[in-house]
Amino acid sequence: MLIPGCIYIFINNYIPMGGLIIAFKKMNYRLGILDSPWVGFKNFEFLFTTKEAWIITRNTILYNLAFIVLGTIIAVGVALLLNQIRQNTARKSYQTIILLPHLISIVVVSYLVFAFLSSESGFVNNSILEPLGIKPISWYSASKYWPFIIVIVGIWKSFGYSCIIYYATLVGIDKSYYEAAVIDGANRWKQMLHITLPGLKSIIIILTLMSISKIFYSDFGLFYQVPMNSGSLIDITNTIDTYVYRGLAELNNVGMASAAGFYQSIVGFLLVLVSNFVVKKIDEESALF
Amino acid sequence: MVENNRGFQFAAHLLMLLLALFCLLPFALLIISSITDEEALITNGYSFIPSALNMSAYKFLLMDSNSILKAYGVTVLVTVIGTVTNIVLTTLMAYPLSRKELPGRNVVAFFIFFTMLFSGGLVPSYMMWTQYFHIKNTLWALVVPGMLLSAFNIIMMRTYFTTNIPDAVVEAAKIDGGSESNILMKVVLPMSLPILATLGLLVGLSYWNDWLNGLYYVTDDSLFSIQVLLNKMLMDVQFLMSSASSGLGSDLSARLPSTAIKMAVAVLGVLPILVIYPFFQRFFVKGISVGAVKG
Repeated sequence: MLIPGCIYIFINNYIPMGGLIIAFKKMNYRLGILDSPWVGFKNFEFLFTTKEAWIITRNTILYNLAFIVLGTIIAVGVALLLNQIRQNTARKSYQTIILLPHLISIVVVSYLVFAFLSSESGFVNNSILEPLGIKPISWYSASKYWPFIIVIVGIWKSFGYSCIIYYATLVGIDKSYYEAAVIDGANRWKQMLHITLPGLKSIIIILTLMSISKIFYSDFGLFYQVPMNSGSLIDITNTIDTYVYRGLAELNNVGMASAAGFYQSIVGFLLVLVSNFVVKKIDEESALF
Repeated sequence: MVENNRGFQFAAHLLMLLLALFCLLPFALLIISSITDEEALITNGYSFIPSALNMSAYKFLLMDSNSILKAYGVTVLVTVIGTVTNIVLTTLMAYPLSRKELPGRNVVAFFIFFTMLFSGGLVPSYMMWTQYFHIKNTLWALVVPGMLLSAFNIIMMRTYFTTNIPDAVVEAAKIDGGSESNILMKVVLPMSLPILATLGLLVGLSYWNDWLNGLYYVTDDSLFSIQVLLNKMLMDVQFLMSSASSGLGSDLSARLPSTAIKMAVAVLGVLPILVIYPFFQRFFVKGISVGAVKG
């Protein structure tokens, strides 16, 4: 039974791991991967002497940190709020609605963003800024707004999902703790501090750990599609993933793209190991493996 | 929890309502702008209260939209084939791994789990699929690379099997002389509908929403899925105009409501999700929590 799946995983996941050697080669399509000539660390030298290497690393990490910190706070906050609402139907409807953005493709999200931000006909320029007498902003070329736009859009799309996970954990906390706490005279705030948050601790750690292990990866669509691949935003929206794609598909620079991809795979892997190790030290039970 | 003051409930509802609006309004803007008159859209921009309505975008999509109908067909086909194959493969992996007596199951489990930690990344995968498997511009490209199996889903299903299917049931079926595949089909799967529905929905969604494989591996527009088409349209407003006008004559294409059409196609891209999702919502939320808490 295991054979078909194992074959697929071997082909789809393991063979490309071997393909990481492309980073040390001068790729020649005619010769194929194995026969292309070795160039040692040349591709890496080229990559790390450009200023892009620094920019893509910085962007990838900073955006991910923002998503981890803000995303967790918002998702936990909303889960707590949801848990306090007593009407069943209302609570279910809220759950349904906040999960909706998670279900649609990032391409459609970029349509939604465009409807709000397009400079000629966008909702923000026409229906908010104009009535206030503010000059319309050409959003897709104004890079200073994009860190905020990316973070808002990213969180809009993802908070519902993690919120449901936290909520499910909350519902699982033994009710008798709360009853005991009420008898002891604990108010809502105290209950949250001493029962709810400790109960959520290990799932928060696991999800954070999982995001830290992916801190070198970004949602390609969010950084490529949503800013519409706009050239003037590139310094602020370029991440390792978009860099690799551009190198491969647009600039035909396989050397740098594969070096960046190698850097991403290896450092990403080390980060998983390190963060898991740290968590194991702090709290054995919460570690991923 | 027990103390229940009305003020607090009111505030909680108010906050949640605002949040719900924040999630819903962009969709409303999308749907409304797809039925807004093109001229009104040009003069007033996207608006929640359009000055003039016009269904011509949908009429156009119904009347002449070979490329869009075709893209819809491709998307449905890919979603069905991909989802069924994925679920079959996932089940075939998860079931043996849930059985304690399987020799070497830890080795296989690690083989699967390791793919969650380390990967070759885009460049090697791209090279492999295009240079050695030659899947560029084939239907395979939309189904196979990266999407047929996910380690996370296997783990989720295995967890479901180990926690929800008692060993005794499987043992009893075995004593009655059932072969492993018979036990899986007749005993285990009928007890596993919730996880099958959840994973089916998740996988189906990822196929429906996939545009990356299309972006990487497909340049032939007869193979465009709806998401790839949307992507191309956003990147090049002229795309639909030219592909539509080729069979229509230029005078009609000059009057085409292009923005509204784009928005209408986007609506078609999310409509199935908006329609189907509420019915599956209970499964879905349950499934997420099962996988998250225990997986």
